[in-house]
Amino acid sequence: MSSIKDKEKQTKPAVSRRGFLGGASVGGGLLATSLAVQEADAQAAGKLSGLGEVAITLNINGKPTNLAVEPRVTLLDALRHKLDLTGAKRVCDRGTCGACTIMVNGKTVYGCSVLAIDAVGKQIATIESLGGPGKLHPVSAAFVKHDAQQCGYCTPGFVMAAKAFLDKNPNPTREQVQKGLSGNICRCGTYVGMREAVLEASRSMRNA
Amino acid sequence: MQNFEYANPTTLNDALGLLGSAWGEADVLAGGTDLLSLMKEYIHSPKRVVNIKNIKELGGISKVGSGLRIGATVTLDELSSNAMVKQMYPSLAQAAMEVSSPQLRNMGTVGGDLCQRPRCWYFRGGSGLLGQDESGKSLVATGENKYHAIFGSGPAWFVSASSFGPALIALGAKVTLQSASGKREIPVSEFFVSPKSNGEREIALKPNEILTQIVIPAAGKNANYEVRHREAVDWPLTAAAVNLTMAGNVVKSATVVMGHVAATPWRASQAEQMLTGKTINVELADKAGEAAVANATPLSGNSYKVQLAKVAVKRAILRAAGIAI
Ligand SMILES: Cc1cc2nc3c(=O)[nH]c(=O)nc-3n(C[C@@H](O)[C@@H](O)[C@H](O)COP(=O)(O)OP(=O)(O)OC[C@H]3O[C@@H](n4cnc5c(N)ncnc54)[C@H](O)[C@@H]3O)c2cc1C
Ligand code: FES
Ligand code: FES
Repeated sequence: MSSIKDKEKQTKPAVSRRGFLGGASVGGGLLATSLAVQEADAQAAGKLSGLGEVAITLNINGKPTNLAVEPRVTLLDALRHKLDLTGAKRVCDRGTCGACTIMVNGKTVYGCSVLAIDAVGKQIATIESLGGPGKLHPVSAAFVKHDAQQCGYCTPGFVMAAKAFLDKNPNPTREQVQKGLSGNICRCGTYVGMREAVLEASRSMRNA
Repeated sequence: MQNFEYANPTTLNDALGLLGSAWGEADVLAGGTDLLSLMKEYIHSPKRVVNIKNIKELGGISKVGSGLRIGATVTLDELSSNAMVKQMYPSLAQAAMEVSSPQLRNMGTVGGDLCQRPRCWYFRGGSGLLGQDESGKSLVATGENKYHAIFGSGPAWFVSASSFGPALIALGAKVTLQSASGKREIPVSEFFVSPKSNGEREIALKPNEILTQIVIPAAGKNANYEVRHREAVDWPLTAAAVNLTMAGNVVKSATVVMGHVAATPWRASQAEQMLTGKTINVELADKAGEAAVANATPLSGNSYKVQLAKVAVKRAILRAAGIAI
């Protein structure tokens, strides 16, 4: 049984990290053979995208945005590497931490577990849509006030999760806040401050 | 992740025409919560990915006869908030709610939940479904196995990861598997299989098939109970699902299925027999829990799961009967 490391080695020529980050297309051999397969199949089925980059339009924070991605690029990587929207963080990249939390069609999702090409036609909202310095969203402001972060790496994901939670539960109990944020993890352990911040934000948003 | 060509069909026929005849040719993409991780780890490197979320006929929850039809792409969030599901099948709604990340519930689908691959760390680390070294020796038996099976005779020691498997089996549900050449309907209990070789799968799905729907008949009193290490973003350590057909206060028949204890959901027929013809109380539920795990064969590092499975069965029975746990 070959290990993951062996497989990484096998695929290295085709999938170099630099090529991936820079958005360059994959190395020659793989592309050439697969393209032939793709062409034949495309004729049969009508609609196939890739292997190479595909031009897509994503609706991000209310704005149609054009970009080109290979089918394998996640929405999170497209936002961060292609569009400089670096608010959503890449921590586990496996759907287990919540640092990449964004909203798609009004619901929170893990950006690391959605393909960018699968988000075409949907409304994407990132932390960047929640205002910035000088005009903080009530949730962000409450996070600052309650010292609800330490390293801050989990914070954008938590703020998005908290905002979505409060949109659905405007007047939550502390217990509900705890359950409602159970899709996000903070390694610095700032949960106490965060729960306080979400409760405060719920009050200030109701009174606004 | 190896690159792939991507298809986004809007009809089931188109989607079925895009699948391959062997694993590795094409993978179905639903919520992606498992598939993307599998591809990032090179456990799956399909040449083609077929998104099925835009196929209308695979969605929706509707009444059929006295039961329900649940489309494969219904999300966990849709399922757990559906009034009919909550009323008829609380065990399912409970199982969905316990997948305790709102993001996962928003993304993950019922079909994907049944088809997700095992979480066994040897499998995820590239040592195959049976978790063996080059010589064929079981890494599970000789290595870390605290989250592995406590039932079964091998050679697969991973545990079935699906939260819905036990609940759907207890409810007597069936899944429809469709290919370009036709469809077959099988009980969920036959959908999960214990593979004998690395080339097999842990589910009855074939590479050219899509799981299109789940059909659940009318049910008795049903409930699910999970024991978890932590509440957030994790799988249960053990679970139990119970369905009781009652005649007044007396149990006419019972189905008890344990989860996360074997390569498939695990039927506890001794517990079922113990409940039949009786009135449920705490003492009986406790005895049924004991009977359920009487034949457990834990590995070197997971005998603690026997106690957890016993408690899960007891509490699922009490929950189904409406007795405070
Ligand atoms: C941190 C974390 C915690 C989790 N906790 C739990 C838990 O407690 N309980 C639990 O049950 N699950 C849990 N999950 C697993 C979660 O992935 C599933 O619950 C989810 O429902 C899978 O659905 P999906 O639509 O995202 O599947 P996908 O990732 O899209 O697909 C999973 C697999 O199924 C195949 N597939 C999907 N749909 C179909 C179909 N209709 N026909 C044929 N093949 C199909 C895909 O090809 C793929 O191999 C967890 C996942 C994560 C990341
Ligand atoms: S980076 Fe997406 S959940 Fe951790
Ligand atoms: S503040 Fe450091 S991870 Fe949360």
